[in-house]
Amino acid sequence: MGGNFTWVMIGCALIGAGASAVGVFSFLRKQALVGDAVAHALLPGVVLAFMFTGQKDIWILFPGAFVAGWLGLLSIDIISKNSKIKPDTAIAIVLTVFFAIGIVLLTHVQQSNYGNQSGLEAFLFGKAAAMLPADITLFVAVDAALILLILLTYRYLKLYSFDPDFAKAIGLPVKGIQFILSSLTVLAVASGIQAVGVVLMAALIITPAAAARFFTGRLSHMIILAMIIGIVSSLIGVYISSLALSMPTGPWIVMVLSIIAIMTFIFAPGKGMLQRSRKRKAHQQKVRRENLLKLFYALGENNKEEFYSRPQLLRSRRFQGRELEFLLSRMTARGLLLRKENRYGLTATGKSEATRVVRLHRLWELYLNERMNIAPDHVHHDAEAIEHIITPELERELLKDLDYPELDPHRSEIPGIKDMQR
Amino acid sequence: MNDFWIIAEGSLVAVSCGMLGVYLILRKMAMVGDAISHAVLPGIVIAYLVAQSRSSFFTLLGAALFGLLTTFMIELFYKKARIQQDASIGITFTWLFAIGVILVSAFSGNVDLDQECVLYGDIAYVPFDILYLFSTDVGPAPVWLQGFNLLAILILLRVGHRGFLITSFDPSFSSGLGIKTDAWHYVLMGAVSFTVVLSFNAVGAILVVAFLVVPPATAYLISKRVETMMAYTVLFGILSAVGGFYLATWWNASISGAMAVAAGILFMLVFAGKRLSVKQRKALAISDLSTNS
Repeated sequence: MGGNFTWVMIGCALIGAGASAVGVFSFLRKQALVGDAVAHALLPGVVLAFMFTGQKDIWILFPGAFVAGWLGLLSIDIISKNSKIKPDTAIAIVLTVFFAIGIVLLTHVQQSNYGNQSGLEAFLFGKAAAMLPADITLFVAVDAALILLILLTYRYLKLYSFDPDFAKAIGLPVKGIQFILSSLTVLAVASGIQAVGVVLMAALIITPAAAARFFTGRLSHMIILAMIIGIVSSLIGVYISSLALSMPTGPWIVMVLSIIAIMTFIFAPGKGMLQRSRKRKAHQQKVRRENLLKLFYALGENNKEEFYSRPQLLRSRRFQGRELEFLLSRMTARGLLLRKENRYGLTATGKSEATRVVRLHRLWELYLNERMNIAPDHVHHDAEAIEHIITPELERELLKDLDYPELDPHRSEIPGIKDMQR
Repeated sequence: MNDFWIIAEGSLVAVSCGMLGVYLILRKMAMVGDAISHAVLPGIVIAYLVAQSRSSFFTLLGAALFGLLTTFMIELFYKKARIQQDASIGITFTWLFAIGVILVSAFSGNVDLDQECVLYGDIAYVPFDILYLFSTDVGPAPVWLQGFNLLAILILLRVGHRGFLITSFDPSFSSGLGIKTDAWHYVLMGAVSFTVVLSFNAVGAILVVAFLVVPPATAYLISKRVETMMAYTVLFGILSAVGGFYLATWWNASISGAMAVAAGILFMLVFAGKRLSVKQRKALAISDLSTNS
């Protein structure tokens, strides 16, 4: 190892950076798996370049890979545009057929007399340890070109990635942009095979971008973050795989990358799975709570009583027994409900909360009826959903717009209007 | 005789994969098939390590579990983490495949599995794995196994024909009818993982996708009904197995690889033929118009 190890680290970091940056664009255009197909399609190019020259120099194999990758991309395009075959099937066809051609060529080379072919297989799973300083110059060149190209055409790439139709409508050279993006993909993938191998190259394109998306909505930030993730996992992956002799680099880089990404999916603030489900549960609880408050309010309107037993509450059929039990104990603890023997009633806070929800419900019904011209018997469902969401600011706007009304479309009183400040 | 068994195994793989592939393509799930075929690898290796044998039962079990895990993970990322579908497919299968390759490299001393076998299988050795029934030679075991699997698939497709059909073409309508769309989805995925594993020894992890996708896609080009698509798939599958075998012996290369290449050549021919006929019809229609006016 020693001196060469540093070079390998630098090389893999560059590869990770380039692939992640380009991957962001593939990810945003929902073409993440195209990178996978391109990676597999490189194989015949690599083997053919070796067959014609008999050399394993990366400077010779790289152009072969580049051409084959481009051919793969073109084939996907031709197949999905000229037949009823869907893009995902076209990707799968190109991926496997090109790869099969590569395998056939590779086994043919192995079983015939083509000089020293050992090591070509390293392209399948990646063997970064075989990297030489001369190879690193290639990666430096390729990744510098990649980043320069992205910087130069950034505004066009951005516009095209988010809204290709708009880009076309305002007269941007869409074909040219497509060409640049495709070339970027092929370049990034072709430079990555040495580190990750063809089979796992897709991960270096897709995974950093997907993880970065969780932290930011800005394209520039997303690219930088994806590059950082790509670099860090490449470095860690190379280091781990260097600890044991027979370990290929690619799988370890992908392993580290995937763990970072999956941790992000689960724990990321805001968009992560945990926070998302927590937020959803909290909202569901709020809806249930407010529905029970409304039920108390409605019972109070009809019966002029203050306290109700469980059977009376269950008769509304809005709640199931166990759910009601849970809500009753929770809301009593929160000071929204009051318990008197076996009956429950609203506290002062509960009452004002219930009034608020009912007011929002009826305000919205009135708004739909008056401003949207929706018939009174069609407005209930909408109001049922929105009453839990309307903010105080929105409520004030509604009140102002409807000029502090007193009756809803069903001629029921909109409660608490008098207490609202004009 | 050996040649016969290799071609038989290849055809059986092609037909069983292809028939399931028809539904994968109709459901726009070709890449899910690709993902499953990669992701069963860790299942197979773990089964080897746990059972300490190449016993097919454990391998099948391990791989089928990982196949289902793959579809489950894809759904989880897609629905719960809101990651777009193509990305969740890519993330899932690369991760699982990486785990598989790491396990293979780490335990290559204990496991009778190498990276080459993972990539393109060893269909050439199929004829030597002979099954003895009452101590008579009844032919290679893998061929029998694959044959039984094909039989099972045929029964499954026959029994579940309507279910697969309706959930493939109109999932929302079918769940409206009260059909358990998810259940059919997982049945299909289970069958795919099972078949992929059975074909794994013969054709490897990546080429099995060629058998899942290419013959049905070729058939899709020229058929308008599922039944015709199935029939063409069987035809193209067998043709690629036979053609690939002779291509490989002629050119001295991987047999399974050549079979996949043959499938690709068939696709290209049909694609080009279809394009030509469409163009001709267009030209004919235009000349009709001009003579009439």
